[in-house]
Amino acid sequence: MHVANGKRWLFQNLGFASALLLLLALYLSYNMLHPRGFSSAVAVQNANETAAIAFVAMAQTLPVLLGGLDLSVGAVMTLTSCIASHLVNGSPAEILFGMALTLLSGTAFGLMNGLIVVYGRIQPIIATLATGAIAIGLALLVRPKPGGDVDGDLNWALTNSVYDFAETYGFADGGNAWWLQPIANIPVPVILVALVAILVWVPFRRSVTGRTVYAIGSAEGPAFMSGLPIHRAKVAAFAIGGFFAACGGLYLAIQTSSGNADIQQAGAYTLNSIAAVVLGGTSLLGGVGSAIGSIVGAMILRVISFYFRILDIDPLLQPLIEGIVLLVAVSFGAFRTLRVKNKLDLFR
Amino acid sequence: MSDAIVEYRGISKFFAGIRALENVDFACAPGSIHAILGENGAGKSTLIKIMSGVLQPDAGEIRLEGRPVTFPTPHAANRAGIVCMFQELSLIPDLSVADNISISDPPRRFGLIDRRAQIARAEELLARVRCEDVDPRALVRELSLSRRQMVEIAKALGRGPKVLILDEATSALTSRDVQTVYDLLKDLKAEGVASLFISHRMHEVDALCDTLSVFRNGQHIETFAKGEKTEREIVKLMIGRDVEAQFPPRPPQRAPDRRGEPLLKVQDLRWENKLNGIDLAVCRGEIVGLGGLDGQGQKELLLALFGALRDVDGEVVVGGRKGLPSSPASAKSAATRMALVPEDRKTEGLMLGMPISDNLLAASYAKISRGPFIDPSLARQAVDDGIRKLQIKIGSADDPVMTLSGGNQQKVVIAKWLMIDPDIILLNDPTRGIDVGTKQEIYRLMRELANEGKAILFYSSDYAELIGCCDRVSVLYGGRVVSEQEGDDITEESLVAASLNIDVEAA
Repeated sequence: MHVANGKRWLFQNLGFASALLLLLALYLSYNMLHPRGFSSAVAVQNANETAAIAFVAMAQTLPVLLGGLDLSVGAVMTLTSCIASHLVNGSPAEILFGMALTLLSGTAFGLMNGLIVVYGRIQPIIATLATGAIAIGLALLVRPKPGGDVDGDLNWALTNSVYDFAETYGFADGGNAWWLQPIANIPVPVILVALVAILVWVPFRRSVTGRTVYAIGSAEGPAFMSGLPIHRAKVAAFAIGGFFAACGGLYLAIQTSSGNADIQQAGAYTLNSIAAVVLGGTSLLGGVGSAIGSIVGAMILRVISFYFRILDIDPLLQPLIEGIVLLVAVSFGAFRTLRVKNKLDLFR
Repeated sequence: MSDAIVEYRGISKFFAGIRALENVDFACAPGSIHAILGENGAGKSTLIKIMSGVLQPDAGEIRLEGRPVTFPTPHAANRAGIVCMFQELSLIPDLSVADNISISDPPRRFGLIDRRAQIARAEELLARVRCEDVDPRALVRELSLSRRQMVEIAKALGRGPKVLILDEATSALTSRDVQTVYDLLKDLKAEGVASLFISHRMHEVDALCDTLSVFRNGQHIETFAKGEKTEREIVKLMIGRDVEAQFPPRPPQRAPDRRGEPLLKVQDLRWENKLNGIDLAVCRGEIVGLGGLDGQGQKELLLALFGALRDVDGEVVVGGRKGLPSSPASAKSAATRMALVPEDRKTEGLMLGMPISDNLLAASYAKISRGPFIDPSLARQAVDDGIRKLQIKIGSADDPVMTLSGGNQQKVVIAKWLMIDPDIILLNDPTRGIDVGTKQEIYRLMRELANEGKAILFYSSDYAELIGCCDRVSVLYGGRVVSEQEGDDITEESLVAASLNIDVEAA
């Protein structure tokens, strides 16, 4: 029975499983090629560069599961990082308050996206194209010039290993407690992404609202006929997407100790988030996939870029190679159409 | 009828001024299995949609156990205990069987879906419909149609229905499953549930139901207990006597040996579980009708002939060439010159937002182009010809086609295909939802085209049309031709009887 269930899981999550396999292969060989491979320092550096795109990819997952796209995720990340660059400093209470407010503002922005899509009856892609521009506009108002003042301890603690985190804040015997040792070398950003995934994504997926998001993407008619809360699920999906994007923005602000309303960066993050979602096995048609897969997809994208540092490849080739990897990965999804018996169904 | 679970009084429903239901009174009693019978378009599905909260009646009231209620959504009807199993399944393909069975109200722990309890619940309900072989963890997408239908039944059962509506629920089931459903309905009857059974299979109705209601033209004609009327009387009730449209005269019947070589010949055509060995031939100058109730394979047959289906088996000769066209593009090519007026003009026939002229030209760009470019003067001429030939009433040929009435839209579809000068014309219910005047123009046109030597295959859900227009009619049932009728032998009674696959003479 257990074997059968494992097989079934593999069959039902083929996209995710192959993405995981690809990531493992890429990252293992990366570490083998790297002169300081398999060291905590390399892992910390990689994790720092991956956390923000991983959060933004999670944010993109929800609209894609609905069968849409969110073109504002990168902009929301930028906006929230600019907000955080003002708020995340001062006393510990002020820092916590600033972080909460940053996350709340991103969630509110996502909520607004959801309300516009549901009650304005506007397609997600065009609604978020507009609100994304609004988010960048707000970011420029909040932070006309790059800069900011983020708490230095926090920056150090969150961009290094768990040991450094404990040492900074002086708990677990400054990181030397025996029980901390198994995880002492894990980079903090890895813990953060995992925590958000476990505390927000997993419960959401197991709620009726979360299930409705999948149902809408899979077949909206039957979802309606089954009496599922369609409007609530759509609004919730965008709001939680906004929350994930804000997590990315908050992390980016802490990591860089500043905020920067960089329009090109926002656009690049949005496009990369779509690529990460697709690489992670989520169908652009909706209904299939998960935010966990998107994290894996984001990691694959980043690992490819890491290779350019250690191998002597012209960095100008990077977009070309990323594009080819993406194209090959998504081609597997096209096999589905070969099984359709009524060709009219291809156009529905 | 004060003991009814649910009662409908004076229900009316109109679609764009066309009557779908008028002043219908209807009630279902607890502990009964109630059949609803009627021809296509009699109003059965509108009634079911109103019952299940998909549609709102324009007039009338609904009483649930004596109290007036309204059902603004399917969810509201479900909560009141009225559960409907639709022909188009309501399952979500990418979710698991267990997810689907408990879709809107799953068992929860700490506010989250309890997967283990959900699987246990699914197993219990699947056992009740004797589908222990279905794994609750499987995705619905992975199941066959008949298994899906059983899951749908398990889902409906799980909602604890007081009124269970089965709309053609047995159409895709194996005979073992059908027996399971019969037993289940009898159990539910003993528990006081009212089941409404919509089926086109007379023998099922006969075996199962205790009460029968006949609908015709949006009206509730009569309700009676089983055994009160013979099948023949029931068929009469379903047909009624209505004003009939005027049809052009039919040319004298030709003996089979004088029809010449068939232009379209089909032998043992099979596809999925929809077409189960169809034999058919259409000669030049003939209009051959496809009869039968909706969903017996007529649409699939036309799509298969037009090259829109994959993996079709069978021997086909089209205009002297063996084999089916591989795509609509090859179907319309010079070798076969086939045209299909599709089922749904809004999604398959027209590009609604584009100008009338572009829609008219859509199938025949090759004719009006010089090299790779469209010749504007040839195009204009072709458009004018098409509009004149079919007397399409338009303001300007540049208006979007959606500004036209239904009848004129259909004329655009037909004119588009006549532009390629087809030899074989496939028509899928071309008069559905259009006014009487245009209908008669289409009938005349069909006969003219036949007289010009074209072969026409014509599916209609309206028996009167088949009788009035066709030289021959093949009645389909379960993806097979069950009856072939010719000339004056085509009558409403013979068509309805053949559609239900019963033998009136024997009854």
